[in-house]
Amino acid sequence: MRRFTNLFLQLDRTTKTNEKVELLKAYFLSAPEEDKIWALALFTGRRPPRPVKSSQVQEWALEQAGIPQWLYRESYSSVGDMAETISLLLPASESTSEKTLNEWFRDFIAVAKKTDEEKKSFLINAWKTLSPYEIFVFNKLMMGSFRIGVSQTLVIRAVSEATNQEAAVVTHRVMGNWDPTETTFQELIHAENLADQHSKPYPFYLAYAIEDELDELGEPNEWFAEWKWDGIRAQLIYRNKELYIWSRGEELVTDKFPELHAFADFLPDGTVIDGEILCFSNERPLPFNVLQTRIGRKNVTKKILQEAPVALIAYDLLELNGADIRKQPQEFRRRELEKLYNNTQKQEAFRLSRLIDFKQWDDLKTLHKQSRENVAEGFMIKRKAAAYQTGRKKGDWWKWKVDPLSVDAVLIYAQKGSGRRAELYTDYTFAVWDQGKLIPFAKAYSGLTDAEIRRVDHFVKNNTIEKFGPVRTVKPKLVFEIGFEGINASTRHKSGIAVRFPRMLRWREDKPVEEADTLDNLRQILSQYR
Amino acid sequence: MADLLTFTSSSIYCAAANVHIDPWKPVDFAIITHAHSDHAKPGCKHYLAHKHSESILKLRLGENISLQTVEYGEKFSINGVQFSLHPAGHVIGSAQIRVEYKGEVWVASGDYKVQDDHFSAAFEPVKCHTFITESTFGLPIYKWRPQHEVMTDIREWWKENQILGKASVLMGYALGKMQRMVKNLQPFDNKVFAHGAIFNVNERLRAAGFDLPYIPRVTADIDKKEYRGALILGTSSSLNTPWLKKFEPYSTGYCSGWMAVRGAKNRRSVDRGFVLSDHADWNELNWVIAETGAERVYVTHGYTDTFARWLNEKGIEAHEVKTKYGDEEEDVLPEEVAA
Repeated sequence: MRRFTNLFLQLDRTTKTNEKVELLKAYFLSAPEEDKIWALALFTGRRPPRPVKSSQVQEWALEQAGIPQWLYRESYSSVGDMAETISLLLPASESTSEKTLNEWFRDFIAVAKKTDEEKKSFLINAWKTLSPYEIFVFNKLMMGSFRIGVSQTLVIRAVSEATNQEAAVVTHRVMGNWDPTETTFQELIHAENLADQHSKPYPFYLAYAIEDELDELGEPNEWFAEWKWDGIRAQLIYRNKELYIWSRGEELVTDKFPELHAFADFLPDGTVIDGEILCFSNERPLPFNVLQTRIGRKNVTKKILQEAPVALIAYDLLELNGADIRKQPQEFRRRELEKLYNNTQKQEAFRLSRLIDFKQWDDLKTLHKQSRENVAEGFMIKRKAAAYQTGRKKGDWWKWKVDPLSVDAVLIYAQKGSGRRAELYTDYTFAVWDQGKLIPFAKAYSGLTDAEIRRVDHFVKNNTIEKFGPVRTVKPKLVFEIGFEGINASTRHKSGIAVRFPRMLRWREDKPVEEADTLDNLRQILSQYR
Repeated sequence: MADLLTFTSSSIYCAAANVHIDPWKPVDFAIITHAHSDHAKPGCKHYLAHKHSESILKLRLGENISLQTVEYGEKFSINGVQFSLHPAGHVIGSAQIRVEYKGEVWVASGDYKVQDDHFSAAFEPVKCHTFITESTFGLPIYKWRPQHEVMTDIREWWKENQILGKASVLMGYALGKMQRMVKNLQPFDNKVFAHGAIFNVNERLRAAGFDLPYIPRVTADIDKKEYRGALILGTSSSLNTPWLKKFEPYSTGYCSGWMAVRGAKNRRSVDRGFVLSDHADWNELNWVIAETGAERVYVTHGYTDTFARWLNEKGIEAHEVKTKYGDEEEDVLPEEVAA
């Protein structure tokens, strides 16, 4: 545990990618074999389920610290992280512990099945043997959202350097369904052709936003253009008569989309399709929030299947008859995908992402203006000669999104951020006018520079009207241009409107509060784009 | 009877003596707890402070101010109100102001810390009926380690940087924190340089007879090679400024109580955060209030509402007070000062 805590501490101290990779590499070279698999599981988001409810962890920690609930909440709002808050509140430890990472995790798994009394004494005893920083890491291991600025890409680089293997190979091996209690680091990283290899998706190829003029891409006939769909990016895999659907977040979502299970009936064995899952109604894609609501539900009911059935809009083929064809040019893969599509009987759930017909870049510019009417976010532009790459790479795939919708809104509530922004007021609620009143319609956290955040924070602290726990009501004085990607009617919001991906585009210091937009303006946008 | 001390729009005011404590607006007679700029404002006709504050007060408020100084524990009376100053342990010359009138005792403590920093006179609790306390770190997440442990961490960081051929740029508040560093990091095993603002404070204090070593200031004509492996003392506002360029390659360290929280450290993009404060931590605040025996507490700058609520729940009558204190660098997060 000390070795891992130390790794965590060192990683936390540096922002430099190369240093992080070096630290991780050193860890994977030197840590005990049984610890490595856990570290890898943690860094790739495979922490085992929480053995103890976080409300219990909190309750027992407060008992140990001798402070009331409300004081914990105040403390939390200054720290922004539960694991860390608890580590700072607990009394100093009495002894030290030599347990390894693996031993702690085995303990977690064992204790999960025990009574609350036993859980409590396990926790309290553990805390008593750990230093404050160890307690922080321990809490994170047990229940954290485990984020310390180490992306999967970094871990993979480190593991590939430590084990002398190609990064792409390592990437593929750590994807998919594996359980640190059932596999070893050796098996996962070194062994070839595991049985579970069948379920594994390929690493997704991700596009960058286009920066320059389209013309700079060269000849238009070297490129494909498709609508950019606003759904869930997914890989559909059919191997060994089994169907797997993976989301880009590397989640196995097969069960969430029963409409797609029909693919097993017609796909040839050894097929992997890359595409976008969207809800459809009368041949028209539905806005993302419909899909989002559906995913949020525990069970997919009949009603959902009727009202918001999904389909896969396919746009790439990665595996054909069991062969990895990612190195083949886009044009080839597209042709094979079309063949596959044409050879199947008409399937509601199987759609092809249409190629946009264009001769000149100017044609595309004209069409781009119709993105919203087509329920698209803009265009994807792909080089015909491009291979299917790994991760976010520049050069061959570009996304060209439409400008966000926007309104000018007034800042009315502020709350402290979390993590890195824990003591600054960085999370804001914005309102628009309706009959002389300000009606909240969106929350936004991002879009301001650090310097602007500091100024807004200063404003909030000096213009507070009321405090409700961590939230402050502030004098309505500041106006911001709020951009968003989509807009929908909502019964859950006071304004009757829900916007998607709201963010601050600009601080309108030039604009008096009275001139901010109204709810009617929002309704107008809604009627235009719903 | 009216309260002995009241909180007015310009100070903590003693009407019976017509005396202001740490006024933020110009007044006729001001008693100053310490020389930080949120407690010692210019423009008053007459000042009174502890004698160890004299040199810095004059540096900051002007050489010609009318200033009377006293020793700790020295009693003096104004209009029949008895005053005395007692060590607050915050920075050199910092004092709690004890005010007594007709048997009633109030103490205005300014800023204070309990741990002895081996430079300013160590804090002494003063019995009183009403205590005015700060609450800069008035949350139970703030608990300081012993000073010598933090100094050991700093020395190790410095040593590590020497091995890597880097300069160690250690930043913190120019008055208080940096003298504490100089005093407690001795003996130095490599060269040490100071930012001009720190140099000025140090030299002023040395001239006034305080036992501090001479530390040369960073100047344009110093050969960059000199900085290799050296310790550079910087102000809190030198973080992320071009001033740092000449020390390359370097590692940055930042000393403040705020460094106790990871987010606070990470957001400032410093390499190392050292948790070291000139303010009382949670346990110290509570200990001091118990020691004073006060029946009533006024909570000024910091986590005022939280700390007042906590005291009330413990059965100590406590009130939150709005003042203009707490705009200094250590009192708030450094970036807010810059903003």
